[in-house]
Amino acid sequence: MAATEKNHGYFGKFGGKFIPETLSHALKELESAYDHSKHDKEFKTKLKFYLEQFAGRPTPLYFAARLSDHLGIKVYLKREDLLHTGAHKINNTLGQVLLAVNMKKKRIIAETGAGQHGVATAVAAARFGLECEVFMGQEDMERQALNVFRMRLLGAKVTCVLSGSKTLKDATNEAMRNWVATVRDTHYIIGSVVGPHPFPTIVRDFQAVIGKEARQQILKQEKKLPDYLVACIGGGSNAMGLFHQFYKDQSVKFIGVEAAGLGLNTEHHAASLCKGTPGVLHGSKSYLLQDNDGQIKIAHSVSAGLDYPGVGPEHAFYKQSKRANYVAVTDTQALKALKLLSELEGIIPALESSHALAYLLTAAKKAKKNSVFVVCLSGRGDKDMEMVSKLKGFKYDE
Amino acid sequence: MNRINQKNQELSQQKRKAFIAYITAGFPTAKATEQLVYTLEENGVDFIELGMPFSDPVADGPTIQAASCAALAAGMNMINFLNLVKTLRQKTQIPLIMMSYYNPIFKYGIKKFAVDAKLAGLDGVIVPDLPPEEAVELNQALNSQGIAQIFIISPVTEPARMQKIAKLSQGFIYYVPLTGVTGARTNLPKNIAQSVKAIKKCSQTPVFVGFGISTGEQVKQVVKISDGVIVGSGIIKVIEQYSQNEQMFKKVGQYIRSLSQMCC
Repeated sequence: MAATEKNHGYFGKFGGKFIPETLSHALKELESAYDHSKHDKEFKTKLKFYLEQFAGRPTPLYFAARLSDHLGIKVYLKREDLLHTGAHKINNTLGQVLLAVNMKKKRIIAETGAGQHGVATAVAAARFGLECEVFMGQEDMERQALNVFRMRLLGAKVTCVLSGSKTLKDATNEAMRNWVATVRDTHYIIGSVVGPHPFPTIVRDFQAVIGKEARQQILKQEKKLPDYLVACIGGGSNAMGLFHQFYKDQSVKFIGVEAAGLGLNTEHHAASLCKGTPGVLHGSKSYLLQDNDGQIKIAHSVSAGLDYPGVGPEHAFYKQSKRANYVAVTDTQALKALKLLSELEGIIPALESSHALAYLLTAAKKAKKNSVFVVCLSGRGDKDMEMVSKLKGFKYDE
Repeated sequence: MNRINQKNQELSQQKRKAFIAYITAGFPTAKATEQLVYTLEENGVDFIELGMPFSDPVADGPTIQAASCAALAAGMNMINFLNLVKTLRQKTQIPLIMMSYYNPIFKYGIKKFAVDAKLAGLDGVIVPDLPPEEAVELNQALNSQGIAQIFIISPVTEPARMQKIAKLSQGFIYYVPLTGVTGARTNLPKNIAQSVKAIKKCSQTPVFVGFGISTGEQVKQVVKISDGVIVGSGIIKVIEQYSQNEQMFKKVGQYIRSLSQMCC
């Protein structure tokens, strides 16, 4: 199921273009620029060069031997954490900045939650000499102060968003408002597979490099396809990037792991697919956390990158067509997994990716022995250390 | 005949331009909104645009964002909104147009909304995040109830698209003269006249201009080249300033009077 101009950008019943009229021309322009570039040899060569030489692709598919022993399954980690800027986000920002250059846009804007997408945008904008402004909720600026500093060091302007919940949702509102006002010379780099068509498709395609590599790597190492793919879901870009290339491999099960925050039975979670209902936010129809009046609820997760009340429309389609299974793990479970991977494998995962790892602990109990799991280790944990070090269970007294 | 068209006919016979006032329903309270509508009508307003607040209003600037937030906190929702319209209809026949985002309508149920809105006495609907391509279902539901759906044209809308939107829009065409969100501006773009002329070539429907207009001078300038003018954030600012004060209705009335005088 491809979202195209012909079907108005829908994946089944989800997606579309719910936007102020002022943006309709820009989205059309973006769609035609992207349609041209994706078949353009020069564009593809350039993107490949920067992904390899600048960002550090391909990333290893690493067999986590001690974790596998511990769980009784075979765990492979797709090491997006080793990329420049420390997360998968740069796959998308490099692609979109190159598109912006082709469209002759002089200025880039972006929203950011954890700051990973903001940093990856600032990095790409700096490399190509484009002006860059990143919108970030006040609460996120406080909990991810180091990333704010990195963006500023890279020459980006970081604008503090004080409206609403002061997190990713409101940063996205502000970025969209800014785009409406500056659309003539500005390209908006959305950080996930969300937003109006063609963004969910563009971001998915740029992130699909994760799954393309992983598929070749697992076939080489295991001589067969994996049984499960596991990835965390906020907006859902690393998950869609991993899943997409395996879409037709019906034997491969997809598992998207959302943030259950303090628990799915509380009001404090970010599980739009597990607990949400269909609605329209930020330009597309998908699952949302909303009240009975259609007002958007505030999400909660210990991980700023998952703290979003919506999700990409293609995931909504995967859920409805049952191609993927969506589950959720709590803050506590994610933190436990972060510690486990650090101790067993010498790899400190981001809090976001720790959600995917946490699910393995549950899945291992039910799965057949030696089932093959590929987990997207979407980011590294450095950015989270200050916050995690203050939590219970992470005190290391001499 | 729909109250909007009736009012348009009346204005055209009197050779008057339309003056449209936007206020956020439930700001500062639903009761105050009711009284404000009467105040606006008494001071020369021809159409009322009533904002049904949404938690994530991407087309609105800080003034209306804050009003929406306060209205939601004070308990405004679609049921209360339609009740407010019903109450207003017992006392006034002024055209009432709802401005809201798509999600509260979608969640309420599109067909149910159209039926209930008609029963309440609503005349038109503006949904700024619902372009024509996505509006088919709502448009059919509203048409079947005789409620007008008003569409927006922007300065970057291409000619072919402009034609399509101009034909689809009922009651009036909403022209936003600037690229940006709602909110008062010191200066308006210079080429409004040209754009309005281009729209009028596509359709007989009146063209009203809104977004960024808050002073008498701007009202005067805009009605010279269009069929009507829409003022929103400027009014909300006055309401906000006097929201804890019994002077509020008087102050809003004075402000509106100063604008509607320029609209002739």
